Amino acid sequence: MSLPGKSVPPAVILERVSKVYDGSYAVRDLSLEIARGELVVLIGPSGCGKTTTLKMINRLIEPTSGRIYIDGRDISTVNPTKLRREIGYVIQQIGLFPHLTVAQNIGLVPYLRGVPRAQREERVDALLRLVGFEPELYRDRYPRELSGGQQQRVGVLRALAADPDLILMDEPFGALDPITREQLQDELKRLQNTFHKTIVFVTHDMDEALKLADRIVLMREGVAVQVGSPEELLRSPADEFVREFIGKRRLVRHPEEVAVGEIMVAAPVTGTPRMGAAEAFQKMQRHQVNTLLVVDEQGVLLGILTLRALQKGIREGGRSRVEELMEPVGATAHPQETVLQAARSLAANRAGLVPVVDEEGRLRGVLTNASLISTLVEVLWPGGEENGTGHGKGRARAAG
Amino acid sequence: MEVTLATLWQTYLARSDKFWALAQEHLLTLVVLPVVLAALVSIPLGILATRYRWIQVPSVAFANLMQTIPSLALLAILIALGFGIGNKPAIVALFLYSLLPILRNTYTGILNVDSGILEAARGMGMSAWQILTLVEFPIAFPVIMAGIRTAAVICVGLATLAAFIGGGGLGDFIITGLGMANNNLTLLGAIPAAAMALMLDWVLGKIEQWLTPRGLRL
Repeated sequence: MSLPGKSVPPAVILERVSKVYDGSYAVRDLSLEIARGELVVLIGPSGCGKTTTLKMINRLIEPTSGRIYIDGRDISTVNPTKLRREIGYVIQQIGLFPHLTVAQNIGLVPYLRGVPRAQREERVDALLRLVGFEPELYRDRYPRELSGGQQQRVGVLRALAADPDLILMDEPFGALDPITREQLQDELKRLQNTFHKTIVFVTHDMDEALKLADRIVLMREGVAVQVGSPEELLRSPADEFVREFIGKRRLVRHPEEVAVGEIMVAAPVTGTPRMGAAEAFQKMQRHQVNTLLVVDEQGVLLGILTLRALQKGIREGGRSRVEELMEPVGATAHPQETVLQAARSLAANRAGLVPVVDEEGRLRGVLTNASLISTLVEVLWPGGEENGTGHGKGRARAAG
Repeated sequence: MEVTLATLWQTYLARSDKFWALAQEHLLTLVVLPVVLAALVSIPLGILATRYRWIQVPSVAFANLMQTIPSLALLAILIALGFGIGNKPAIVALFLYSLLPILRNTYTGILNVDSGILEAARGMGMSAWQILTLVEFPIAFPVIMAGIRTAAVICVGLATLAAFIGGGGLGDFIITGLGMANNNLTLLGAIPAAAMALMLDWVLGKIEQWLTPRGLRL
């Protein structure tokens, strides 16, 4: 219990922790405070010390120097077995005991802690229901009778069984297929929103980190290169390594770095000069646009036909061909131009659109107010899908 | 000398008391006793061997060496070493032969327990003793049991040689029969010995299956 006016002490403190193997540092001088209820992701390429760091927290690995505190207690003074029974642990290999049933696997830590049988069974059933496993159906099954995803669900439940405040997860979803992995990530998020455990989570998958983390610790060669929220990492990566590791396509970019070609609508609705007014009108209706870009056979942009001009032409009669009704091109953008420049021309353009043409005057695409905003959001704010602004399509996974 | 079922039967009837006494001696004194003793030594030794290299190397080397000594030579050596003749040197020899299969299977059975399972066990806060008794041993049990089966079957066969040094068992009939050129008598020792090996293998197989946790059965 914390005193009023006093902030809650961190759940975990790493104080200048180092681990040396054969004279080289696996972890070097790492200091980190993890708040209660926080999900911290340790990420980095293989050999960066993330797993070593994790395993020092439950004393599977002893630090060479430095101190680690859990709830203010120096863990080097706590019996390791006793310590570990108070910390949930989930690993990539799952490690369910094949000779024990699902219920026995989940109830193992409570059993080790001497929880009476009836109470254990009750707890196991409650946990099974939590992930949608009907207890009567799953309680007495053996691990080999479950799929990989189901096994790791049991693995997570096993870690939750003794209701620990702190859970360590070492690439828990790394061996699962992408669809199952995503399901388990969602479930973990859901569980976390309910229980607010303190979780230290190791992964090499940047998408996973961005999705789950409250805070990301990006490590390289035993050193924490950058510590921050996913947004902070995306917006202001500390150096080239971080930039590289996050992956260029995920990074928050400045408008002067984005080219028009990247965000334009590549296949605009076009018309030809010889097209009749009725046909042009139909085409606009079909594609639900109020402008046609008029091009010749070579694709060279000749003019812009607006709905207003078309309606006027039809009303007044006489001029019935597109080439007679269209307006001159006006401002255009080049695919290599920056979005910032194009945005200025767009603002100046009453039609609310800027055609994108190449050196030969051929139409390559179009920028509209609407497309500019939506694509800008997606490019400049890739981490923003939580707010329903993007759909995370075509995201590459970070190489581990 | 003619051998038919009838002559065999008569041979049996003439000494049925002795037959059952020898069969019992064969099974209990020359197989069960040395195998149980070997298991009591080999299983703990095999477990220790997975923990300490300084136990693993010499114990496996010793057990291997025992296996390579021809059985009759081993019996002769034991007599020379002062074990005398009779049951005692035979039991010692059979015990020595049973060490290796059980030791080897215990060692590999324990060592082959998946490293992920062990890491989970450690990470969950199981003590070394709990890991051994609740995780490693149950998982390695079918493999250890297979070693015991192998040892038992080997012993049934080798035990017939015990008669050469007065060790008793069904080998008595075989050797006497060979000496008197009485094929009926020889077979009265040989056929039950072979049957005993098959039966023992089957029975131990059943016991193994029955004792194997359901989650490990294939």
